[in-house]
Amino acid sequence: MKVLFFGSLREQLGTGELNAALPDGVETIGQLLAKLQTQGDEWKLALGTGNVLFAVNQDMVDENTAINDSDEVALFPPVTGG
Amino acid sequence: MISISVQEKDFDTGEEYRELQKGNTGANTHIGGIAIFTGQVRDLPDKPLKFMRLEHYPGMTEKSLQHTAEQATERWPVIDIRIIHRIGDLTPGEQIVFVGVSSAHREAAFAACEFIMDILKTSAPFWKKEQHLNGDGDWVDAKNTDQQRAERWQDSD
Repeated sequence: MKVLFFGSLREQLGTGELNAALPDGVETIGQLLAKLQTQGDEWKLALGTGNVLFAVNQDMVDENTAINDSDEVALFPPVTGG
Repeated sequence: MISISVQEKDFDTGEEYRELQKGNTGANTHIGGIAIFTGQVRDLPDKPLKFMRLEHYPGMTEKSLQHTAEQATERWPVIDIRIIHRIGDLTPGEQIVFVGVSSAHREAAFAACEFIMDILKTSAPFWKKEQHLNGDGDWVDAKNTDQQRAERWQDSD
């Protein structure tokens, strides 16, 4: 699956994109967020704020949305356009 | 008709207005009013800006703006909608966003234009980073007031 990061999250994590297999036991995007936080301190710091928005296949979704290996998933901070 | 553009280059508000006035659907004689909003980069008195960097999520941005415009056409009898949002590095005073709506009557044009801006602010995937003259860089925080303005539209059907 493809996981994209934008804005301050991209900068904090030092990466804009991850390509990896969907981890075992991860069925929703909320679970993926929790799983990513186990990768290290900087991941926990950036993603553990409770203030992360989700998109699956370029649609904004909530944390209970199911994901699969062929999805394009994105995590980002609240948006600030306009 | 809905027209969406996410672009680095500046836009000409007069030109965009004339496009709306012409009426892309050929319905120009039915247009009674056009509402336009433009947004621009505001300087910060306490921490002067060198520029504002606008980042976005290519693909999702266009999809999100298209969806918001479609929602507006479902709620109000609008004729045409044009949305332009710029990306890249923009200096104070430069234009960022254009939303223009034509309709038979002003109520629909005003309401749809405001709705589009309010929803864009909280759901279109853009992020602003302030680059200050002193070298600091600060990501702009989302505002609760923007969230409240967007939520108003949920109960006003």
